[in-house]
Amino acid sequence: MIETVYQALFAPFVDFGFMRRALIGCLALAISATPVGVFLMLRRMSLTGDAVAHAILPGAALGYMVAGLSLGAMTLGGLIAGWIVALLAGGLARITVLKEDANLAVFYLVSLALGVLLVSTQSRNIDLLHLLFGSVLALNNEALILLAGIATITLILLAIFLRPLVLECLDPDFLRRHSNIGTPTHLVFLALVVLNLVAGFQALGTLMAVGIMILPATAARFWARQLDQLLFTAVALAMLGCWLGLLMSWHLDLPTGPAIILMLGLLHVFSLFMGRDGLLKRWLHPGKHLKS
Amino acid sequence: MQKSRQQNPVIEFENLTLGYERHPAVHHLSGHIHQGDLLAVVGPNGGGKSTLLKGLMGELRPLGGRFIWPTGRQQMAYLPQRARLDLDFPLRVADFVSLGHWPRQGAFAAISGANRRAVHDALHQVGMDGFEQRSLDSLSGGQLQRVLFARLLLEDAGLILLDEPFAAVDESTTQDLLALVHQWQQQGRTVIAVLHDLNQVREHFPLCLLLARDVLGFGPTAEVLVPQNLERARRMQAPFDPLAPVCDLDVESAMPEAHRHD
Repeated sequence: MIETVYQALFAPFVDFGFMRRALIGCLALAISATPVGVFLMLRRMSLTGDAVAHAILPGAALGYMVAGLSLGAMTLGGLIAGWIVALLAGGLARITVLKEDANLAVFYLVSLALGVLLVSTQSRNIDLLHLLFGSVLALNNEALILLAGIATITLILLAIFLRPLVLECLDPDFLRRHSNIGTPTHLVFLALVVLNLVAGFQALGTLMAVGIMILPATAARFWARQLDQLLFTAVALAMLGCWLGLLMSWHLDLPTGPAIILMLGLLHVFSLFMGRDGLLKRWLHPGKHLKS
Repeated sequence: MQKSRQQNPVIEFENLTLGYERHPAVHHLSGHIHQGDLLAVVGPNGGGKSTLLKGLMGELRPLGGRFIWPTGRQQMAYLPQRARLDLDFPLRVADFVSLGHWPRQGAFAAISGANRRAVHDALHQVGMDGFEQRSLDSLSGGQLQRVLFARLLLEDAGLILLDEPFAAVDESTTQDLLALVHQWQQQGRTVIAVLHDLNQVREHFPLCLLLARDVLGFGPTAEVLVPQNLERARRMQAPFDPLAPVCDLDVESAMPEAHRHD
């Protein structure tokens, strides 16, 4: 019995180095991308992550065209493209009639088309798949160090900018009355979003990097009522989802990125029904009321 | 003490006109406010009360005249009419109130044990003991107003601006919060409050400014809130005239000898 459980849950990671690397890479992502996702959700910017993720594709593709399958070039290209779109969409929303979400939609449709076009001119579809769906089972040392480095930078910056980040969503007028740090904070936050999406696309691919940001955050919202609980719950759910997703992909021989995202989706559905603020609790009678 | 206050105003209004896109909302206001004054600003909706507070905070540039700060710009704390709070944000009451430390701690400095005790005391003063760990979205309207007052307490400002602070709260909350306002005055803070309840103004606020775009009265409350002034306030002209001509008073002062209309 114990042997079966061990075989199902732990053996793949103990026996195979590439599975261990995949797990470590995913855990680093969970620690760094998920807190960023929690703030994206709280700032009602869940879709911004999506748009920026799509913009990373042409950047990475350009990097690939210039330098081949080089981690550094593709990362740099992705960073630049994502940063440009995040800034342009936010900036144009302020000076034109289109709102930020409409601008983001325009940018991500165009950049996705551009990205697919660029990759297809290389006429090797296997690379396109690699970009779109990531290669979590092929993370080398370089990629792991990149992921860990981005996680470190993210956590430090989030800790430093926590107070203005919170205040900017909670009471923006108060922040504006007392300080000019609102705009710098927003820019740092956008930079973190881009950075983490680039990290995520190493492992999960551009299309799914957003999943590990947003899905654990939304799921955790059904359990936690305070910001600190929300952050820890989201990270824990992200780690659980990565672990289960890797196992599912291993045992059923499925692509890893989609497996992880699907697992996170399942955790979301589970939380939606079973969570402390979930649907089941709303449907069931809460029991006899308390004394006034 | 009274005398030195008389000699040392902290704010002077010098023929001040405030407004939006050249349309005045506060028209030719002159006068001064001393340290420790308790001033009620009353008048009809659209009479320029909130605009005056915005001007004081430097969010609006005067269309004419100016503010003078004889002792330097005061540290200000402001309670907006309807705080644009995202109440769904998952945060504890204690964490929210501790944002009142911002003027001193800024964005990055740590919240110390002393700061935390100050939060605790502020919540005690507004009658919200034991609410530290509750989340913001669980508060009623009156409780939220008390929490906002607790944050004002921590801001520890010399000039406190309140925009309709008692608009949506019950009698007992109003009394508790009014007691705080009096306490602020005794500590030498200047309080300017926009209010609608004239009885409340007569009872609690020694000074009154009656604004219906034009200044209908500015001085001791008993002299300002007289039937004649209040009747004029009720007859305030239509709120907005898109084709309003340039104000005569300014034309005259700018061109004293220029051609008048025949």
